[in-house]
Amino acid sequence: MIEARGLSKRFQDKKRGEIRAVDNVSFTCQPGKIYGLLGANGAGKTTTLRMLATILEPTDGTAIVCGHDVVEEPEKVRANVGFLSTATALYRRLTAQEFVEYFGRLNGLDEATLKKRVDDIFSRLDMNGFRDRRCDKLSTGMMQKTSIARTLVHDPPVMIFDEPTNGLDIMTARTITAFIRECRDNGKTVIFSTHIMSEVERLCDTIGIIQSGKLLVEGSLAQLRDKFAEHELEEIFVKVVAPHYVAAEAN
Amino acid sequence: MSLRNVGIVYKKELTEALRDRRTVVSTILVPLLLFPVLSVGFGALAITLVGKAKEEVPKVMLRGGEDSPDVVEGLKKLDKIEIVPETPNWKDQIINKEIRAAVEIPTGFQTNVAGQKSDTVRIYNYEGELKSEFATEKVEKYMKDYRDRVVKERLAAKNLPETVLKPFEVKQENVAPPEKVSGAAFGGIIGYMVILLCMTGAMYPAMDLTAGEKERGTMETILSSPISRMHLVLGKFFLVLTAALGTAALSVLSMGVSFSVLGHYTGQSAGGRAAASGLLLKLGPKTVISVFLMALPVAVLFSATLMTIALFAKTYKEAQSYLTPMTFVVIIPAIAAMLPGVELTPKLSLIPILNVSLLCKELVAGTYHWNFIAIIFISTCVYAAVALFLAIKMFQRESVLFRS
Repeated sequence: MIEARGLSKRFQDKKRGEIRAVDNVSFTCQPGKIYGLLGANGAGKTTTLRMLATILEPTDGTAIVCGHDVVEEPEKVRANVGFLSTATALYRRLTAQEFVEYFGRLNGLDEATLKKRVDDIFSRLDMNGFRDRRCDKLSTGMMQKTSIARTLVHDPPVMIFDEPTNGLDIMTARTITAFIRECRDNGKTVIFSTHIMSEVERLCDTIGIIQSGKLLVEGSLAQLRDKFAEHELEEIFVKVVAPHYVAAEAN
Repeated sequence: MSLRNVGIVYKKELTEALRDRRTVVSTILVPLLLFPVLSVGFGALAITLVGKAKEEVPKVMLRGGEDSPDVVEGLKKLDKIEIVPETPNWKDQIINKEIRAAVEIPTGFQTNVAGQKSDTVRIYNYEGELKSEFATEKVEKYMKDYRDRVVKERLAAKNLPETVLKPFEVKQENVAPPEKVSGAAFGGIIGYMVILLCMTGAMYPAMDLTAGEKERGTMETILSSPISRMHLVLGKFFLVLTAALGTAALSVLSMGVSFSVLGHYTGQSAGGRAAASGLLLKLGPKTVISVFLMALPVAVLFSATLMTIALFAKTYKEAQSYLTPMTFVVIIPAIAAMLPGVELTPKLSLIPILNVSLLCKELVAGTYHWNFIAIIFISTCVYAAVALFLAIKMFQRESVLFRS
């Protein structure tokens, strides 16, 4: 389970002064559910997810991930999280197997468990054909599978996906969305960020719309449709975000 | 502290480094090949060229001397030079290397000498031009021998012994053992090489493991794993340190082998052989171990400092532009230690790099000043610890890790 409590992140920018990238954001993600964080570019999605994954430290507020506080016990939080984004690249000079094993070891797995887990994941994701190939020789699809294998190697109960399909072709993107569903079906807590409406409609149990660092609206797709009297998520999104977007642009 | 995690990171970084052509070239191949190429190749070439220059029978133009037949005859009899007749453009001929020198015998030279009047023989040459200088040496030697003969004859004519002109001899004698002599001559170079190569060995991996990781997008991947940032830095740091020490060790090994080969190759050259055997004398196990023990904190200092600076960069290229000037920061004190007359003092022993350079000179010469060794080792360890602490702190700064 993920519980964000007043999560905030401020940056200092030489030209623009203080920037509130994330401003007092609170939400809860339940096991076996997918929480979708929907927002335009620069809305604060990546910063929020990086704080949940303890890659960044919140300026104010905190989040509890699997019972661990992201500020107090970041290493324990990371041990319970699988984090995947298009920015999480592979070590090009390692083979796919070495790459996954490296992260398994860093997650504290002993060699016997690691071998079993790697064999299992590589078979499941149909990766045995390229397990000894160096990562710089993999196709985009193979790279994505290798990244997925990395997030799964320690079997974390929480999965965080930051715009995971960004820039991917349709077939590779489908592998990722199928994987996200599978995580949910296996009872994992899943949160993912995107600006692609169709992905949210197809996948999410709960949707949070974020703009200028603030979580503006939250609910299931049905609840949002009722509330805004619109069927298309895109229309709902525009209704929610437009006033804030105009204000932000004016600033 | 979990050494297991540090070890996991180190092992992975080592695997990657050994698969990276640039790292292998800069850390292993360059130090192994640099000295053989520089010393054996270049040295042998220089020796061959000098030998050829010496073998040449230079053309020397004779100016005047018509009324000094004995001197001219003597010059013509020298089998190492060829006397050519005077032409008006003799200066141009020297400059154009058509002749190597010109000797001018003044009018009435022989008569003046016989009459005990002072006179001057001039040798014109091309200063700095090797073959011209060899020709000058030969003519000068002949003229000096001629003068000595005249002096002897004059003394004999007056029944005076030679000691009238030379009442006593002055002689230098070396009491320092050979290893100390060669240490004083080459010790500075050893220290300089070890320090400089520690630096160059650390430079590439330091950039690759920090800015390189940012550029390739793997920084976020590794930061999302449970390893603490301190363990991550230490794992990376030990790899950079290994590269620094490895490069220095391979270089010293290669330097030793090269000079020993050069020693055999230059059988006829006494100077070359002395230099080579001098170096080999110093590279006994005790010296090597002590030099490396002193180099260890310096390597730590370099590795941590280079990593800290490189981490600040967003890309590999940016890191390169930050680190290249660092080479000068290291070279200047290391060279200062090689200057003649610069010796260890309590103040100098606190200046990083310079102190170790100076100490290496002493160690190679077999002198162990324990007070200085202690001060230098401890102060360098302190500097190294501060640098490592800064590197760890830098890895905890989001503004540095995610600088955009």
